[in-house]
Amino acid sequence: MRFVLKTNYAQDVNLFLHNGQRFWYGLLIGALLLAPFFLENFYIGELTYLFIWVIAGAGLMLLIGYTGLVSMGHAAFMAIGAYAHAVLFKLGIPFVPSLLMAALISGFLGAIIGVAALRMTGIYLAVATISFAFIIEKVISAWRPVTGGHRGFVVPEPVMFGVDFGSDIVFYFLCLVIVIAVILLVMNLLRSPIGRAMVAVRDSEISAQAMGVNLLQTKTLAFTLSAAFTGLAGALYAHKIGMLFPENFTIILSIKLLMLVVVGGLGSVHGIVFGAMFISILPQVIAILRDFLPAWFAQRRGLEPLVFGSILLFFLIYEPLGLYGRWVKIRSYFTQFPLIRKSTFKRQKSYLRTERVH
Amino acid sequence: MDFISLGTFVQLLVTGISHGCLYGLVALGFVLIYKATEMVNFAQGDIMMWGAFIAFTLTSEFGFAYLPVVFLTIFVMAFFGLLLERTIIRPMIGEPPFAVLMLTIGLGFVLRAVAGMLWGHDEKEFDTPYSIDPLVIGQVTLDYEQLVVVGCTIVLCLGLYVFLRFTRFGVAMQAASQNQLAAAYVGIPVKRVVAITWCLSTAIAGVAALLVAPLQLIYPGIGFIIGIKAFVAAIVGGFGSLAGALIGGICIGIVEQFVGYMFAGAYGETSVYVLLLLMLFIRPQGLIATLQRKKV
Repeated sequence: MRFVLKTNYAQDVNLFLHNGQRFWYGLLIGALLLAPFFLENFYIGELTYLFIWVIAGAGLMLLIGYTGLVSMGHAAFMAIGAYAHAVLFKLGIPFVPSLLMAALISGFLGAIIGVAALRMTGIYLAVATISFAFIIEKVISAWRPVTGGHRGFVVPEPVMFGVDFGSDIVFYFLCLVIVIAVILLVMNLLRSPIGRAMVAVRDSEISAQAMGVNLLQTKTLAFTLSAAFTGLAGALYAHKIGMLFPENFTIILSIKLLMLVVVGGLGSVHGIVFGAMFISILPQVIAILRDFLPAWFAQRRGLEPLVFGSILLFFLIYEPLGLYGRWVKIRSYFTQFPLIRKSTFKRQKSYLRTERVH
Repeated sequence: MDFISLGTFVQLLVTGISHGCLYGLVALGFVLIYKATEMVNFAQGDIMMWGAFIAFTLTSEFGFAYLPVVFLTIFVMAFFGLLLERTIIRPMIGEPPFAVLMLTIGLGFVLRAVAGMLWGHDEKEFDTPYSIDPLVIGQVTLDYEQLVVVGCTIVLCLGLYVFLRFTRFGVAMQAASQNQLAAAYVGIPVKRVVAITWCLSTAIAGVAALLVAPLQLIYPGIGFIIGIKAFVAAIVGGFGSLAGALIGGICIGIVEQFVGYMFAGAYGETSVYVLLLLMLFIRPQGLIATLQRKKV
């Protein structure tokens, strides 16, 4: 087992705890940089999707995992980002400003919901965000002159500084750069006073308020950042799918993002990546499974939601900390090998007391 | 858009109220669970959809008459509730509300997928003995199905109110929701209370299903849409209040009908969500507010 003795503050706020981490993450980035030169186009495409899910997941994780605000309508922000970027880019605005403006527009709408979120908790916010998503979906399909409605919107090829980003490899690197930037941003944010305030709000609003955290500011900021990240992911997603339809951004996508966060592990940055891996690999696994299942069962529609739903149930009942939580358990089993005790990870249950006054 | 004639106005009002009662009825199911356990059941609509399919199967496959179908459906649904509680809800007692919310969303997915596999995705029709020629009063056409919905909802609502307020079990349910530990100390079997609450709630979903089935075509996605609207109804009315759920349901039912008539039909549904967002900005505690205190 490794003990890290911290002797100064710089060591405490360092992103990497020890050299081992530096080595492994360096290796990972090296592998990702080299990957496109060895992989087939299909896998490069899949990795790019993975990056896009990580960006969107980072947005939602900030909101649900760190601020404790449940949004079930994040597909709306992805849609806003996608359409805003596609429309602006088609109007002739250069790639990078258009990307940033898409994130900004999405963030602005997020801020409006965030202000409303001050007075809402839990289920109220969940239903409010679902409603918001339904309204946005409706607006997109009805606003035909701009969005093309159900006939679809063709996204122009990404061109930056006169260079065509349309090829799979170049777009892969673009997404890789953005993913690394987003993850670093999230990690730094979480070490800053803003991030600490968010976690305090998640754990107890009243305690946070008593310690001087401005609830309105923190919640609005969390929503804004979350929406902006998700919008950015949407903009990249637009280029990846090439043709935008309102049907791309339904409640199913929102639920998929929620699953990403829950299955990955709430409240961990690793969880974002694990969750993104989970939702991009699972459809492939199901496709392979179809070959092995009896034909009458495999050909039915709804196999995918069934598997998705069952896995979600399984994780919530048996492993609420998600894939990352499971990984931490496995790791500590090996690092503390003969000494691990079963009660180390015992879940705490709390007795319910209502906040309603009768 | 001309001014609406009186006949159309009354017609829209009646249709709105009957749809609203349905939303209210589904909302009753989860308000009950919320009141007793503080859990939010997002799968209520999908549970109702199962009820509709069970009723459909009993009539078309087994050829039962209408009345036995009613009793059998409610009985099967109550049993289904017990089964759900025992298998997936009980392990979640004591977990944070968010986890339960996600769990019921997942449950909804599973229920919808399984229903799609068992009964297919085509729309099915369900007839009742009262699916006869509508009652015509002046310019207004009243379907008996709509009248039955309104009647049943009122009876069920009153029944539930009396049950919660005056029976021993109803009071035990309130106690269990106020403080589980204290309720257990004074001898209330909290686990059994939770189980029976779920049982009751799915039975109500069964009643809602029997009322929905003749009004609309049945397909696996039906529960989700009605479920979301029922949530909107409960929030507009004030979560945690039975009367609120019903009033909220009727409100959104009427708004939906009128907006759908005045603009294109598709906007009716969207207007419900706009109404909800407005409501949350203006009066987030709902029409009938339950007092809340915040604790650390």
